[in-house]
Amino acid sequence: MNPAHPAEQVRRAWAIAKKDIRIYYLKGPVLIFGVFMPVFLFLAFLMGSRQLPLAFLVSGLVAMTLFFTATAVSPAIFPWEGQAKTLERLAACPVTVEAIVLGDMIASVLFGIAITAVTIAIGLALGLPLLHGVALGAAVLLGAVCFSAIGMLLAVPPTNLPSNIMMFSSLIRFPLVFISGIFVPLEQLPPWGLALAVCSPLTYFADLVRYAFTGISYFPVETDLAALGIFTLGFTAVTMVLHRRTMPRRM
Amino acid sequence: MPDPIEARDLTKVFGGTTAVDRVSFSVRQGEIFGFLGPNGAGKTTTTRMLTGVIPSDGGTAHVLGYDMRTDPVRAKQRFGVVPETANAYTDLSAWQNLMLMGELYGLARTRAEARAADLLGALGLLERKGQKVQAYSKGMKQRLILAMALLHEPELLFLDEPTSGLDVQSTHLILDLLRDLNRAGTTIFLTTHNMEEANRLCDRVGIIRSGRIVAIDAPEKLKSAIERVHRVEVSFDREVSGDGLAALETVLLTAREGDKWQLVVEDTDAAVRALTAFARGQGAAIVTLNTPAPSLDEAFLRLTGEAEP
Ligand SMILES: Nc1ncnc2c1ncn2[C@@H]1O[C@H](COP(=O)(O)OP(=O)(O)O)[C@@H](O)[C@H]1O
Ligand SMILES: [Mg+2]
Repeated sequence: MNPAHPAEQVRRAWAIAKKDIRIYYLKGPVLIFGVFMPVFLFLAFLMGSRQLPLAFLVSGLVAMTLFFTATAVSPAIFPWEGQAKTLERLAACPVTVEAIVLGDMIASVLFGIAITAVTIAIGLALGLPLLHGVALGAAVLLGAVCFSAIGMLLAVPPTNLPSNIMMFSSLIRFPLVFISGIFVPLEQLPPWGLALAVCSPLTYFADLVRYAFTGISYFPVETDLAALGIFTLGFTAVTMVLHRRTMPRRM
Repeated sequence: MPDPIEARDLTKVFGGTTAVDRVSFSVRQGEIFGFLGPNGAGKTTTTRMLTGVIPSDGGTAHVLGYDMRTDPVRAKQRFGVVPETANAYTDLSAWQNLMLMGELYGLARTRAEARAADLLGALGLLERKGQKVQAYSKGMKQRLILAMALLHEPELLFLDEPTSGLDVQSTHLILDLLRDLNRAGTTIFLTTHNMEEANRLCDRVGIIRSGRIVAIDAPEKLKSAIERVHRVEVSFDREVSGDGLAALETVLLTAREGDKWQLVVEDTDAAVRALTAFARGQGAAIVTLNTPAPSLDEAFLRLTGEAEP
């Protein structure tokens, strides 16, 4: 067995993901937050006097749910583990920094998908037809990986204070949601709004979800998938390079 | 075969201060090597560079033949680490922590389970293996960290102040286990600021002071090399002339403590011969004669500059 072989490192990343799920995700408050978030998002938007079609609303809510859940916990894991002094032990194990980051990403992908399934289920229960299940599945999987990579990118500043990193991550996450054509359909955005929206991976994800429920999308589906794929690869590569650089400073 | 640890000019700079300054040493197969130095000397920083937790700013570290800069994962696979301030996951039980280590080191589940049961038994944690680590005492946590380091049966073990601040019982348990491991062939690198521990346990010690190695040798040799002058303690069955004692060859200083004379001499052998002749001349018999070896404490304090000679 070569411990440095990529397949072996992925196997070890899975062990890290299981550890994360057990310690950081399967916690009462985290689960309650996870399940209540979609419910409250629905209540807030349905009770508001918005004249928007249900399909548009649901696509925006699915995007918000996946984005916020996939980035909710992961930015704080390194600071927590730095503070709890478990990170140094992990760093001394035969796992690469990339495998540790991948493990954290896998955990947040699974958490994001599980909670997003709740949002989708509520949408379906409200009578929304699902036209393109495969497209929805692909979008959720790709989106979950992309947003998890963003979550890990937010974890790059080498602080061991979880509150600092959560503040920083809110500063990035909320504006990103606002520019993403989630609150206003892309068709109705002014040119500058559209110019901002195309910079956000959420835009393409929400567009794909809209396609899955209505058959209509602003961009061609292939464009949405390709854009999301490129963002995913880009964010994953950048987060791994940066973590490799900052990890020693956490010790 | 290369030595298990070969450090060459290892250097680490934090900000403007050089925490570790061109440190070079080797640890030989099968020995217990003590890395001894006062707080802030650079022991932990050196250990972290050797174990691939932080990169060095200069020099090289080869561990088990692997360059820690280019091939850390393969080296880590074969050594175990007890870091200075590491913790197990407190939200997991001891057993879960060990199973996690098993997966991180790529052990088959059955082997990990067998090893975990053995180690928990040897370290007196078996009855509480299912309990969350949160509820463990400091000594129990440290024993668990040791078990986690040993799960994959490493041929080399790094320990950074493993007994610092522990209760006597845990300290004994840990030191006894280290001795047994070493007897079974495990090479051990141990940092400590406890001279007595290094003296009892180590085949060789390296002394580090302000980021630099100041001496590397067997504890006994360090102790004697450090003292160019020696002490002799003698008492007689009757009064003898203090001036006569002071006038003896090789005797530099004399002091009287109760019925004993404390002499500082250049050459112990010549001093003892001179003393027997002196006693005969005075018509006195020697009651006690001691040549107390300098303690490692004295050697350590001298080398680390904490005491003036
Ligand atoms: N992460 C760090 N950042 C800045 N300075 C550090 C860091 N780690 C250690 N030092 C400094 O390096 C020196 C050596 O520390 P350390 O290796 O922990 O010593 P020891 O383990 O012998 O007590 C000390 O002066 C310490 O303050
Ligand atoms: Mg230290």
